[in-house]
Amino acid sequence: MDKAEPVLRVKHLEKWIGERRVLANVSLEVGPGGGLAILGPNGAGKSTLLKVVAGLWSPSAGEVWRFGAPMEDEGRPDPRVNLVGHHSFLYPALSGLENLEIYGRLYQIPRPRERALAALERFGLGWSSRDPVRTYSRGMKQRLTLARAWMCQPQLLLLDEPYVGLDLPGQRLLDDWLEEHRRSGGARLVITHYPEEALRVSDAVAILIRGRLVWWAATSGMSADALTREYSGWLAKGGMAVSVSFG
Amino acid sequence: MIVYKDFLLEFKMKDSWVTMMAFVVMVIFLFAFALGADWRRLDAIFPGIIWMAYLFAGILGVGRTYGHELPEEALTGLMLAPGERTWIIAAKMFVAFCFMFGMELVASPLFFILLNQSWSGQWVPYLVTLALGAWGFVGVGTLLSALSANVRGGEALLPVLMAPLAVPVIITAVEATKAILASPHQNPWGWLEGLLAYDVIFSALPLLLYEYLWEV
Repeated sequence: MDKAEPVLRVKHLEKWIGERRVLANVSLEVGPGGGLAILGPNGAGKSTLLKVVAGLWSPSAGEVWRFGAPMEDEGRPDPRVNLVGHHSFLYPALSGLENLEIYGRLYQIPRPRERALAALERFGLGWSSRDPVRTYSRGMKQRLTLARAWMCQPQLLLLDEPYVGLDLPGQRLLDDWLEEHRRSGGARLVITHYPEEALRVSDAVAILIRGRLVWWAATSGMSADALTREYSGWLAKGGMAVSVSFG
Repeated sequence: MIVYKDFLLEFKMKDSWVTMMAFVVMVIFLFAFALGADWRRLDAIFPGIIWMAYLFAGILGVGRTYGHELPEEALTGLMLAPGERTWIIAAKMFVAFCFMFGMELVASPLFFILLNQSWSGQWVPYLVTLALGAWGFVGVGTLLSALSANVRGGEALLPVLMAPLAVPVIITAVEATKAILASPHQNPWGWLEGLLAYDVIFSALPLLLYEYLWEV
């Protein structure tokens, strides 16, 4: 891949699920070391966008290019891409270590056990590595999910509300990893509901409403208040109530 | 790796093979009580009893094929891992076959002992019948299990869809078993060829349809 080539390029992407158009004419680019945060109300198509970009679902129309190559029509996973979704993708009956070791082997990571142990230590789960995942709290599961993604060393990281459930030290661990990832030239596409988070993890922020990217801006110099105002304005324009009145 | 993971999960949870075995043993006892001492009548329906028990125990087992993948959407993780996606369903079919064939091997002697049937059959055709019957069953079962895993109420839907589609397996397997156990022996290979043809179709179908199933 050329140094200047975007890690991710999406052109006029459309996705239909049954009779419903979930994404319409979505175009975006994320370069090496870059981060794009996407804000949007529930049901806007944010998670669908990540699933298509991850190669899990195929686009109905448009193009998805990853690492300078077009994704095949039927969608294909790429070991350089990792998705942290709403679920952990882990097995509750197995321990954290067993789960990560299995992923290490699936991704053909050298010395998967050592790597899994390192990932558990890195995300503060070394003490519970042999406990079944079903005994983990929500936050611990989220840390383990991040550890799963970290051990695969992805160059393109797709994060769907990654801070959900994390305590303050957990958030700090994620911030540190994202900063490290950025410095190593990795690209990030982050979905969040919180303008503060969007500003923290990205260089640019976009708003997705009803499957369309309606606005974007660079985050440099932008305040959380300004972004919140912009976002609220778009929610109101889109007919989405930003507050509930009981009066 | 998926095969190893599924065996590890079964070792930890014991919710597939153990359930199948418990069900088969229960069926043996139920038939023993229901038919009482009328062993002549039992002779005629013995192969049918065996395969009905395997069918229902198999539905329990095959229904769990994707059960472990559902709570945390682990199947998505498998789909995102490098490699051909068809390997996922191939691995699932292999694991389901091991559980089903293993259950049949353990349960067969129990059927003969507890229902007081003397063994006068031929070992090789009998084992071939068990293996082909199990493979045909898990072929259609894995396909339907993948389909029902993504559908609300899928666990209830699976047996309803499965039973009619498994009828060809049951008919051919029962007839082949009858021929094997008959005295004097009859030729079971005609039935087994039919069973083999069914197996080939239902081995290919899940592998061909899997990409489409995923987005259901």
